[in-house]
Amino acid sequence: MPDQTNTDAEAAPAGRCPIIELSGAHKHFGDYHALRGIDLSVGAGEFFSLLGPSGCGKTTLLRTIAGFEALGAGRLVIGGRDMAGVPPNRRPTNMVFQSYAIFPHLDVGQNVGFGLRRSEGSRAQKAVRIGEALEMVGLAGYERRGAQALSGGQRQRVALARALILRPDVLLLDEPLSALDKKLREQMQAELRRLQRQVGITFVLVTHDQEEALIMSDRVAVMFEGRIAQLAGPQELYRHPASRRVAEFIGMMNFLPVIATGDTLEIAGLGRVPRAGLRSAAPDGQGPPEAGIRPEMFSILYPGEQTGRRTAQGTVRETAFYGDMTYYEVILDGTERPVTISMKNMPGRMILSPGTQARIAWDAESVTLFSAAW
Amino acid sequence: MSGLRLYALVYLAFLYAPIALLPIFAFNDGTVIAFPLDGFTLRWFRELPQTPALVASVRTSLWIAGSTALLSTVLGLCAARAGTMARFGGRDAMMGLIMLPLVLPEIIVAVALLVVLLALGLPLTGWTVIAGHTLICLPFSTAILGSAFRALDPALEEAGIDLGLGRAAVFLRVTLPLLMPGIIASLLITFTISLDEFIIAFFLTGTEPTLPVYLWGQLRFPQKIPVVMALGTILLVISVVLITLAEIARRRAAARATGIDSGA
Repeated sequence: MPDQTNTDAEAAPAGRCPIIELSGAHKHFGDYHALRGIDLSVGAGEFFSLLGPSGCGKTTLLRTIAGFEALGAGRLVIGGRDMAGVPPNRRPTNMVFQSYAIFPHLDVGQNVGFGLRRSEGSRAQKAVRIGEALEMVGLAGYERRGAQALSGGQRQRVALARALILRPDVLLLDEPLSALDKKLREQMQAELRRLQRQVGITFVLVTHDQEEALIMSDRVAVMFEGRIAQLAGPQELYRHPASRRVAEFIGMMNFLPVIATGDTLEIAGLGRVPRAGLRSAAPDGQGPPEAGIRPEMFSILYPGEQTGRRTAQGTVRETAFYGDMTYYEVILDGTERPVTISMKNMPGRMILSPGTQARIAWDAESVTLFSAAW
Repeated sequence: MSGLRLYALVYLAFLYAPIALLPIFAFNDGTVIAFPLDGFTLRWFRELPQTPALVASVRTSLWIAGSTALLSTVLGLCAARAGTMARFGGRDAMMGLIMLPLVLPEIIVAVALLVVLLALGLPLTGWTVIAGHTLICLPFSTAILGSAFRALDPALEEAGIDLGLGRAAVFLRVTLPLLMPGIIASLLITFTISLDEFIIAFFLTGTEPTLPVYLWGQLRFPQKIPVVMALGTILLVISVVLITLAEIARRRAAARATGIDSGA
C-alpha cells in the first residue's frame, strides 16, 4: 500500500498528472442543492472513490463527470479539455451503471461491441477486440449468450467489458457492487482492483460502503450534503479522520467525554493526559469535546501482564466472538457508556466472559480530539 | 355452485350470447333471422365479394384503420415519451387532455368535429374520419406505449449515449427495439378500434362509407341481413385475432422489460 499522507489532499497525488479537475462545482435540482462547491483533482491511473451516505451528492457528481448532468456553476476539465457543453457521447469517459444497463435485446458480443464505431475496423477485427475484452473480464467465449441468461456477476462483467473496450481515459462506476451478494462482492472488489492496475485506466467509483472504498481505492473523497468532508488515502482517512462525522462514517470509533484543565486533559475512564501531542480533528461546531479511539487501539491485558503503555480499568459487559476477532463491550471505571474493544484471537488468549474485571492498555497517540471549539 | 358463480355465468351469457348468434345465422340457409335453423350454407359468404359497394367499403375501412393505427401510434409514441421521461410544466394537463376522449361521449366528439369541419369549410373525406379516429385512438396508444416506456430502464438509453451514440442512433438501436412489442400492440389495438368504430365514421365520412356505416345502411333491407351476418362473423374473427396478438405482444413487452432482472 503506497504511503498516502499528502497534506494537500485536493491535489492529485505526486507523480500523477491530473486527468479530472473539478473546481467550484455546484448543482441544483429545483430547490435542492445537490453539490455545494466541490473542488477535486483525480490523477491519471488513479483508483478514486466517492464515498458517502445516500443523498450526499456522490452519484450526482459522477453523473456530472459523465455528462448526464450539467454543472450549475464551476468548471470541469477532463484530460485538459473543458467539458462545458460536451455531451456524454463526446467525453473520454465511460460508465458502468448501477443496474448494469445490459441491452436485453442483444447478445453478450453485441453488447460489448455496441460502442465500436463502424469506422473502427472490419467485422473480424471487431470480433477479435470483443473476444479480448470478454477474456479480460473472465467471460471468454460468451459472445453468443443472450443477455437475459446472465447472472448478476456476469452482467457486471459484460458492463465492464463494454466500457473498457472503448479505452476511455476515465471509467465511472456507479455503485457497481451493491447488487451482488457478499461473497461475490468481495471477489469482484479484488478483481476490479486487479483490472484497474492491468489496464491503467482511471477509475472513479461511487459507493456507500466504507469498507469497499478503503479496500479498493488509492484515494477516497468522503462526501456529506454536497460537500467533500475529507479527501485522503484509505490509511490517512481511517487513522486521521478530519471530523467527527468522517470518524463515525469510516469504521467504528469510541467517543469518550473530555474535561479540559489547562495543559492537561481528563478523558472519562482513561485518566489524565498532557494536551500537547494529542491530535485534534477540525472543529465541527457540534457536540461536547470528546476523545475518539478506534476499538483495535485498545488492548485487554492478561492478568499480571507488564506494559509500557497507559492503562485503565473496566468491566466486561458483553462479549461477541467473531472467529478471528472478539469484540468486547467494556464499561470503564467511572463511566456509564461502554466502549468497544476488538482483540485478535491468538493461541493461548482466553475469551473474557461478561462480568470479568479487565485491565486495558491504550496510547495517547491513538487518540483524536473532537470538539465544537478548542 | 355458489350464487356468485351462477351470477357470473348468467352475466357472461347475456353479454356474449348475441355475439354467438352472429356466426349461427351467418351459416343458416334462410333469410329470416329466427329459430329453427334451416340448414348449413356458405351462400352468404359467397355473396360477399359479389357486392361491389361492400367490397369498396371494406377497402375504405382497411385504409382508414391502417392510417389511423400508424398516425395514432406515432403520436402516441411521442406523447408517451414526453409523459414518462421528460419533465415540463403542464405535463399532467397535457396527458389529461390526451386521455379525455376516453370519457367523452363519442357522439359529442363526432358532432363537435363535424361542426368544426363545416365551419372551416373542409370537405368530408376519408381523411376527416382518420382525424376523428386518431383522436379517439390516441388515449389507447398513449397508454400502451406509456407503460412500455415506464418498463424501460432509463439507464439503457443513457448507456447507449455513454457508449458514444447520438440520441437518434440510441433511439433506433436501443429504445425502438425494446418498445417494439408495445408498438405492435398499439398498432393492432388502434387498427381494431378504427375498424369497428361507427359514430364518428358516420358523422365525418364523405362519399365513401366505412364498413360499419355501410352495414348500418344495409340493415334496412331484410334480404341482405344474412350477408351482413356473414360479414359480421368475419369481422368478429379478425377482431379477436388482432386483440389476441396485441395482448401477446404487450405481455412480451412486459416480460422483455422486466427480463433485465430475471436472468439470474
